[in-house]
Amino acid sequence: MKKIQFSSKENMKKREKIIKVFLTFLGTISIFTTLGIIFSLFEETVQFFSKVPIVEFLTGREWTPLFQPPRFGVLPLVLGTTLIVIISSIISIPIGLGSAIYLSEYAPKRVRKILKPTLEILAGIPSIVYGYFALTVITPIIKSIFPEVSVYNALSAGIAVGIMTVPLVSSLSEDAMMAVPDSLRLGAYGLGATKLEVATQIVVPAALPTIIASFILAISRAVGETMIVAMAAGSTPKMTLNPLESIQTMTGYIVQISMGDVPYGSIGYRTLFAVGALLFIMTLMLNVISRYVMRKYRRAY
Amino acid sequence: MNESQRIKRRKFKNSIFHAIIFACTLFGIIVLAILLYSILNKGLRWLSIEFITNFPSRFPKKAGIFPALLGSLWLIVLTAIIAFPIGVGTAIYLEEYAKENRFTEFIKLNIANLAGVPAIIYGMLGLAVFVRALGFGRSILAGALTMSLLILPTIIISSQEALRTVPTSLKQASYALGTTKWQTITGVILPYSIPGILTGTILGISRALGEAAPLIVVGALAYVSFIPATPFDQFTVLPIQIFNWSSMPKREFQNVAAAGIIVLLAILLSVNSIAIILRNKYQIRMKD
Repeated sequence: MKKIQFSSKENMKKREKIIKVFLTFLGTISIFTTLGIIFSLFEETVQFFSKVPIVEFLTGREWTPLFQPPRFGVLPLVLGTTLIVIISSIISIPIGLGSAIYLSEYAPKRVRKILKPTLEILAGIPSIVYGYFALTVITPIIKSIFPEVSVYNALSAGIAVGIMTVPLVSSLSEDAMMAVPDSLRLGAYGLGATKLEVATQIVVPAALPTIIASFILAISRAVGETMIVAMAAGSTPKMTLNPLESIQTMTGYIVQISMGDVPYGSIGYRTLFAVGALLFIMTLMLNVISRYVMRKYRRAY
Repeated sequence: MNESQRIKRRKFKNSIFHAIIFACTLFGIIVLAILLYSILNKGLRWLSIEFITNFPSRFPKKAGIFPALLGSLWLIVLTAIIAFPIGVGTAIYLEEYAKENRFTEFIKLNIANLAGVPAIIYGMLGLAVFVRALGFGRSILAGALTMSLLILPTIIISSQEALRTVPTSLKQASYALGTTKWQTITGVILPYSIPGILTGTILGISRALGEAAPLIVVGALAYVSFIPATPFDQFTVLPIQIFNWSSMPKREFQNVAAAGIIVLLAILLSVNSIAIILRNKYQIRMKD
C-alpha cells in the first residue's frame, strides 16, 4: 500500500492501462485456442483430402489405412462410435433422469445430503479407471451371460461410458428441477396430485429443455470419450451393430495410431487429423444444439 | 371403478415409481462400491514402498510407478503455473473490464464451446502446435501446455462464478475511498472470491491429473526408464502407465494396474478434499 501512496497519479493511470491491456490479451487466448484447434485439424485434413477423395472418406465402408491396399472409408469408425453412444445412452439417460427426479422430488433432505456427493464422486473418477473396470469387471460378467462374446467388445465399453455419464445427466437435470418454483408443485398438491403426478406432469415438463440439453451433452461426451473405448472396445473397425463384437471408434483409432510409430507427414499421420476433424465437428454440433435447446425453450420463473 | 379405488391405484403407481427411481439412484452408488472394492481387492496386496520407488519392469513383482508419479507431479505443477494466471486473468477481464458488446459475447460463447471439446482434440492441437510448430518435442512442457488449454474453460467459468458473488456494495465502498480499479480487484474482489477461484482451479487440475488421451496423442511415452529432470524431458504419467499395464497380456499386470489406480485415486482424493474444505469455508463465510 505504501508504494501506491507515493506513486503519482500519472503513474497510476499508466499502470491501470497496462493492466487492462494485459488482461484483454489474456481474454483473447481462448479465441486463439479455438483458432489453433481449427487450424491444426484442418491443415492436415486438407492435405489428406488432396490424396483421398472426400466422398470415399465419408461413404466408404472399409477402414484399413495402414494395410495394402489402403481403404479410407470412415463409416466403420462412425458406426463404432454410434454403437457406443446407443449403449451408453440406454444406461445414462433413464438412470440419470431417475436419480435426478429422486434427488429433487422424493429424497428426504438428509438422504439427499449423503447421496448427492456420493454420485459426484462417480463424476470425478478418471476415465482410465472406468476402462479398467470395464475390462476386469463388466466384461467377465457379460461373458458369464453370453459366452461367445469377444474379450474386447462394444457392450462392455458402452456400459462403462454410460455409468460415467450418469452424473452428468443427473446433476444438470436435478439443478433444472430444483429451479422449478415451489408454487407450481404446491398448486398441484392442492388439487390432490400424487408425487408421481407432480414429478412427471409438472416438474419434468417445466424443466424439460435443460433435461434434454443434458441428454445431448451426455451423448456428446460419449462420442468424445477415449480411454474407456481404447481399453475395452477393441481395435477392429467393423460395420456392425452387434454389441458383443470387437469394434473401433473414432477416438479409439486416434489412440491406436498415436501409440504406434506413424511417421510425421505420412498418410497414416494425416488420417489422425481427418478423423479428429470429423470428431470435432460432431461434438461441436451436439454442443451447439444442446445450448440452443436450453436457450430457446427455457422458461424463466 | 369408484373414487377410493382410483386413489389407491394412483398411490400404488406412486410407490412403484418411488422404488424405481430410488433404485436408479442406488445404481450409481452400488457401481461405485463394486468399482472401489474390485480395485482394492486386486491392487492392495501389490502396494508397497518398492512399488512407489521402482521403475517399470517386465516382471510384475518388480514393476513400480516412480517415473510416472514424478511425471504426473511435473505435469500438474507446470499446468497449474500456466493455467491459473491465464484462467483467473481471463475471468477478471470478462467480469470486471469487458464491456457488454458482441466481442465479449463472442469470447464467452467461445469458452463455452471449448469446454465441450473432447480432450483428445486438445491432444491433436498440442501435437500440431506445441510438439511440431513450436518445436517443444514430446516434452513435459508440451504436455503441460496442452493440459492447460484443456482445463482453462473450467478455471475461467468457475472463477467467473466466484467473482460474481462479490457484493456490489463492497466494490462501491472500495471505489468511494478513491481506489483504482486494480486496487479494488487486488484488495477487495480477489480476497473475497479466492476460495471459489481455488476450488475451480483444483477441480481443473484434478481433471488434468486423470487424463491420459491428450497426452498419448502429444506423445508421452508408454515406457520410461529415467527420471524427468527438466520440462524439456520426455515423460509418462500415472494414467498412461496404468493404461499400459492394463493392456499387457500377463494377468498379474492387471493387479499392478490396480495398485497404480489406488495411488492415482489417493492423490485425486486428497486434491479434491482440499477443494471441498475450501468450498465449505467459503459457504460459511457467505452466510455471515
